[in-house]
Formats: sequence, C-alpha cells, structure tokens
Amino acid sequence: MTSIPILREREGQIYQKGREPFKMSCGKHSLAGSVSQRACVFCGSRVVLYPIADALHLIHGPIGCAAYTWDIRGALSSGPTLHRYSFSTDLREKDVIFGGEKKLYSALCQLIDAHQPKAAFVYSTCIVGIIGDDVEAVCKKVAKEKGIPVLPVHSEGFKGTKKDGYQAACDALFKLVGEGPTEAVSPCSINILGEFNIGGEAWMIRDYYKRMGVEVVSVMTGDGRVDDVRRSHGAALNVVQCSGAMTFLAEMMKERFGTPYIRVSYFGLEDQSKALYDVAAHFSDHPEIMAKTREIVREEISAVYPELQRIKPDLEGKRAAIYVGGAFKAFSLIKALRYLGMDVVLAGSQTGNEADYEMLRDMCDDGTVILDDANPLELSKYIIEKKADLFIGGVKERPIAFKMGIGFCDHNHERKIPLAGYEGMLNFAREVHATVTSPVWKFAPKAVIS
Amino acid sequence: MLLRHTTTEIKERKALTVNPAKTCQPIGAMYASLGIHGCLPHSHGSQGCYAYHRSALTRHYKEPVLAATSAFTEGASVFGGQANLLQAIDNMFTVYNPDVIAVHTTCLSETIGDDIPQIVNKARAEGKVPEGKYVIHTNTPSYVGSHVDGFANMTRSMVDYFSESTGHKEKTINLIPGYVEPCDMEEIRRIAGELGIRTIMFPDTSKVLNGPMTGKYRMYPEGGVTTDALKKTGDSMGTVAMGALASGPAARALDAKCKVPCEIIDLPIGLHATDMLIDTLRQVAGVNVPESLTFERGQMVDIISDMHQYFYGKRVGLVGDPDQVLALTKFLVSLDMCPAYIITGTPAGKKYEKALREVTKDVPGEVKIKVPGDMLLFHQWIKQEPVDLLIGNTYVKYIARDEDIPFIRHGFPILDRVGHSYFPTVGYRGGMRLLEKILDALLDRKDRDSTDIEFELVM
Repeated sequence: MTSIPILREREGQIYQKGREPFKMSCGKHSLAGSVSQRACVFCGSRVVLYPIADALHLIHGPIGCAAYTWDIRGALSSGPTLHRYSFSTDLREKDVIFGGEKKLYSALCQLIDAHQPKAAFVYSTCIVGIIGDDVEAVCKKVAKEKGIPVLPVHSEGFKGTKKDGYQAACDALFKLVGEGPTEAVSPCSINILGEFNIGGEAWMIRDYYKRMGVEVVSVMTGDGRVDDVRRSHGAALNVVQCSGAMTFLAEMMKERFGTPYIRVSYFGLEDQSKALYDVAAHFSDHPEIMAKTREIVREEISAVYPELQRIKPDLEGKRAAIYVGGAFKAFSLIKALRYLGMDVVLAGSQTGNEADYEMLRDMCDDGTVILDDANPLELSKYIIEKKADLFIGGVKERPIAFKMGIGFCDHNHERKIPLAGYEGMLNFAREVHATVTSPVWKFAPKAVIS
Repeated sequence: MLLRHTTTEIKERKALTVNPAKTCQPIGAMYASLGIHGCLPHSHGSQGCYAYHRSALTRHYKEPVLAATSAFTEGASVFGGQANLLQAIDNMFTVYNPDVIAVHTTCLSETIGDDIPQIVNKARAEGKVPEGKYVIHTNTPSYVGSHVDGFANMTRSMVDYFSESTGHKEKTINLIPGYVEPCDMEEIRRIAGELGIRTIMFPDTSKVLNGPMTGKYRMYPEGGVTTDALKKTGDSMGTVAMGALASGPAARALDAKCKVPCEIIDLPIGLHATDMLIDTLRQVAGVNVPESLTFERGQMVDIISDMHQYFYGKRVGLVGDPDQVLALTKFLVSLDMCPAYIITGTPAGKKYEKALREVTKDVPGEVKIKVPGDMLLFHQWIKQEPVDLLIGNTYVKYIARDEDIPFIRHGFPILDRVGHSYFPTVGYRGGMRLLEKILDALLDRKDRDSTDIEFELVM
C-alpha cells in the first residue's frame, strides 16, 4: 500500500477497503515501543466522571495524574464548579514506602468538611495499585463518618486501556443509581448517557427532549448532579451515546432495574433526528410525542438548512481523514461529512471493536484506509497519500495536520463550541469550512510522497 | 466566579494539594530529551503517562510531540517491565529509526524496581541497538520532586552518557540553558555568539518545538544538540549553567566527570541576571563585551527609566517554577515593584526559600512565600489582600478573572496563548519584552479603570 515501515504486529490493524479481505485485528493492547495515540484506564474514568459538578473528585496518586487532568475538558456546569478544581493526595516517596491510606483519609475528611459535596469519587492511579492501599476500606470508613457516598474508582492506569476506565467509572456510578426517590418521575422519561456537556451540548439535547414532552431524569454525566444519578433508575429508558463510555452502565441498569436502552448519536442532522425519533418511538403509547418530535425536527432543520446549503458548495469533493477515540463518533462524522459533500479517505479509532470496524468498512468507499490504534507516522503518510484536506482528531493530531498544511477540526478535548444537535451541525460545518478554506494553506506547499 | 469554592480562611493542609503549581518528573525529562537531535523520548510505564505528557507539551508548544511508551499491562506491573522495554527498543529502532532513545521511568516502573541500564545492556547484547545508535536513561519517579527535577535529571544523564574527555581542551563553552522556552535557548546562544564564543548548548529545543510550517510532518525536526556535540562537552574550557535547580546537577556532573569547571548562575531574566550571564561568559571565555550588547542593555535601561513611575510600589503575585520565580522576583525588585506572594509547587528546599527571602528582604510590607505551595493557597492570600499584577502559567487565569487582576502568562504550561515559544524573555531583548508585557497589563488596567476626567492620551 505504501513504503512506510509498519510494525509487523500492526499489519492486521491497517486496511484499505476493497484491496484485501477484511478482518480487522483490534481490541489489542498497544505494542511496547509504539507511538500510540491512546491513553490509560485512569484517563477513561476521569473523563467520564469529571463533569459531575457537585461531587468531589480526589485523585489518589502522585501529582502528575491530577495536574494533567485539571479542567481538561470544557464540561460546563450550570451550578456548582467543584469539578473544575484539582484535588490530589500528591503522594511522595515516603507514602509509597509506608502506604498512602492515612493521607487519603485525612485528605478526604478535610475536603468533605470544607466543601460539603454530595458524593466523593476517589481515583486510584498506577502507584496505588502497586503499593496496595486499601482504597475501598478508606472510602467505606469516610462514607460512614461523613454520611455521603464515597466511591472508589478502580482506575489504575496499567490495568488496561481507556475503555476499561469507562467501565471503572460506570461501576462507581452504578453504586449511586437506585439510591434516590423516584415517585415524581414521569412515565415518559429518559436518562441521557455518554453526553458530557462539552461546550453546552447536554443543554441543547436536553432541551429537544423537553420540548418533545420527555422528562430527562439525569444526564450522565454532562452538567451532572449526584442526586439525579441517584434517582436515574426511575427513568423509563436509557439513551446511550458513544460506543464505549456508558454502555456498561446501561447494561447494568438493564439487568438490575430492567431499564431498556437504545444507542444514539447526536452528531449530524441524520443521526440527531434519528435519536429523537427513536426515543419518540419508544413512547409509542403517547403519539403526541412523535407528533411533537416531527415538528421539532422540521423546525430545527429548517433553521440551519439555508446556511448549510450556502457552505456546501465550497466543501464539495474535499477529502477528510478521521481519527477519533470511539468508533461510534467516526460513523456519525462520516455521515455528517458526506452530507457536506466531502469524501472520507481515512477512518480510524483508538478503541473500536470488530463489529465497529465491520460497520466502518460497510460505510466507507473503496480505497478508504481504515485503521486501529494508529501512530503519527502512519497518519501523516496516509494523509499525504490520500491527499486529505481535513483531519478530524484530538489534541495530539492537531499540530500534525497543521504542519502538513491541511485543515483540522477537534472532536475531543479542545472543542470550544457544541458540535452536537442541529445547531451543532451548523457549527461543525462552519468550523470545517473555516479551516479547509483558510487562506493560510496557500502559504505553504503541501507534501507529496517522493 | 469559577473558583467559587475557594475560601478566605486558610487551614493547614498536610495531606492534600489543591490546584497544583507543578507536575510530575517524566514530562520534564521528555521535554529535555526533545532537545537532543533525532531523539525519541521513551516513557517506561503505562500508556496514560506518555499520552498525558505528549498532550500537555503539544498544548503548550502547539507542535507535534513524539514519544513512545512501554505500554505496561498488569503482567508487566507484577513481573517487571524488562520484556516490554526490550520489545520497545527493538520496535523503535526498526520503525522510527531515532539516533537516540531517551528512556525515563515513571512511578510505576520505579516502584517495581526495573533496572534500566541492565535491560538496555541486555538489549545491546541481543543486537537490538544498531551500531552508532544510543539508548540513554534517567530515573524520574513521579512521587519525588517535580517536572523541574525530571528536566534536571535527563539533562544530567546527557552528561553521564555522552560527555567524554580526550585530554585536549577546546575553546568551547558549554551552555546549559535551564528549563526555558526554545526561543530562550536560541537567545542565549545568540548572546554568546555576539561575544564571539563557540558554544555547545544542551538540551536545545529551539527549532524542535518552535519550528516552521513546511507542509511536511517530520518526526525529528532540524534542531537539537547532536550526540557528537554532547560528547565534546567534556573537552570544553568551561560550563555556564543557568538555573540552579534545572541545570546545576548536569553542570556539577560534567565537572566531576571531565573536569570542566562550571559557573551556576540565575536564569538570565532581567537586567542584573543578563549582566551576570554576559559577565560570566566574558570571564570564562576571556573575551570582551561588544558594543552591540552594551547597546541592547542601554535600550533596556532606557525603557525602565522612561516608565519607572509605573512600576513603583506595584504589588505582584508570582507562581511558577523555582529557577524562573527566583529570577523574576529579582527582576521585579530591581524595578521597585513589590513581589508580595511567591509560590512554587516544586519542593525546592530550604536553601532556595532562603534565597527568595534574601532577595525580598527590603520589599515593603509582608512578603508571603511558600515552597512548596499550591494555587489554592495563592488564591486565598489574594482573597485576603489583593495584588496589582499576577504572573504565572495559564491556570492563574481563573484567579485573575475571579479577582479581576491584570495577569501576565509566564512559565509552564501556557495553553491559551502563543508567543512564549517564539519571543524570548531572557537577555536584554527578552527583558524589554517582559517590561512591555508588564506595562501593557498595568496601563491597560489604568486606561480601563480611569474615569472620563482622568483618562489621558499620553501615559
């Protein structure tokens, strides 16, 4: 396919559609020595739980884990801002030798006294797993003394990948579910799962459902509140976004409380509309919800349609490369980019599973490069080879795209504006348009494979 | 009010850091490694560490940051990381073809006790290290020191691994620039060039982390000190190390190993510190100071004299890395400003704190210093009695906004602005830029707050 050296062990993780029989090797641990773009278990837990704004988030470990995740995403809160602080036990050498339990106990007590949070999450980092602090016991003790839930999050970095961190976060959240009163919850009610309110997205989506006549019991975890999570089992349906992060919780709630769940995506007109229709269909004994939904979809699309039409001609035939965390995001992005008239020439994810990649293969055109757990060298070479005009990725991919003289759109931590929902689609189109058609790309030559 | 949970009441905290003014060792080691040409930094630990370090450096420099990881699993954490590192070294040389692999440890690999030199020797014995290529290492337990120590440790490792003494002295001076921006390193080299001195600078991240846009992605950009140059540091006639904490260990190690005498001075931030750099270089190299540098100095003094009334008595809150903070404090004091609150998150020691006290002993009013301290305490001090100006990294912007105080970004990380990696703050020119930034912040504030009657065209 190309002349770049690829680790032999990685050959099964790179495919070009239409060239060879497709069987993506994925879900593998990254190879030692690879420049993977992936992160760790702790990272997964932290991003999922972090937006719960009235909870205390204490990181038990050396300072780095806390420092690097301090206010790392624009997960907005309409009320408390306790989640935007960085609390760390800042373990030192003697704690590593003699154990950090006392320090953890003291830190927790001090913080709970000072801030009176609704609950506390305690994140275990690599070192805590190694020195064997009994975090569970300390949490139990403090919970009893202070009268709030104190939840250990088993997020030791080495225990797997970011995906395992999602599971650890869901395990912690699940301990809250079922603890609150549900008498006042409407029969037409849902929980929004896997939506983190980056740039205020949860507020927009919440508003759609509200206008449909569906009560949103909790958003997990965007602009999240502990009390909402506690009564989330009262909802009639779980609506889960994203492939990885919150499916675990939806499964657990289905098993224990019988709450059914559906998977949705809020990116792109098509997926956003489907999300609303699917929820309306679930409440089919309330036909007024579906009628209202049709009205909302019509209203919202007509509001953004004219400008989208104005933007489209400029993007017609431009080529996009997508490398994101979860594969579900890639599906929506492919649809959204197609809607804008663009071709997807590279699609990859950090954590996709076999089914995800088969779906990707089915969606992509012949010639599209599909890859799992890629590195900068591979990404840059395929971008050149496939003559991409746009790269959609995260923080580590941004300067790679810019160095190569193509546009970039962040779909992860560095997002400043909401990209979900109808308004979000327009924001997305504007952002893609701004970056792809930027005059700056005229100032530097684009690289070609020599 | 973003930091609405911050209270005025200060309680003693022993087991808890809130809003840290530091981060952990490995990222400093990674930054230093990037200052070697053709070097691939390698993080011996789990995947998250290096992902965070790459992201943090990427956000600060807005440049691709390359590194590899040993990708520890549970198995590696129990049985040791030897197999991972052996495979990693093999994979890195096969696929990414660096000149040097610079391994740093993490809290995980430190605690399980992996012996890196032994593993590297094994890799070499097994033929995994190609001829003419190097694997160096440093120990960077995250639960000791801070990112500053990580930088210092990796810089010292460059000496340990490369410096050689042939017995023949060259007319070269080693420059160890400290934990500063790529443009600062470039400026220090320019000043030495003005003095007509041949130098070897290490680490040197200029042109690596502030490179041009070329339309190409390069794994190993143009800049960085070469391994050949690093070897020759042992034959230099002297070493000038800037910043005692970040550069001292490497300078002393080079003296001990190759008998290259060293001068350890402050980071050349501000007038006196730049004078000191130039005077030290002059003495060590036996050269005269050229008119060009005297001219630049005169320009800087000119700015200070033109605007000195605006500096006088202004209270400043400072937070950052120890070498930076010490130099900045001296500079502010020389401008007749009053550093009122000084915090560094790095556990820099009693001697360091004493040096800060000495510098600020004549500052009117109480000067509050905490080493190590965090940004919650810093904020609480400000809530008790505000200051006129804040200097620190991007995280200080929350405090600046909540308390409505003018703010200059300086240090690491700066996530929301550009300029820090292109425009130096060291040397006379850098000093002039700092003066401009301070004046802009103070005078913009004055313009904003003046009534219509007081609002003036000329300042």
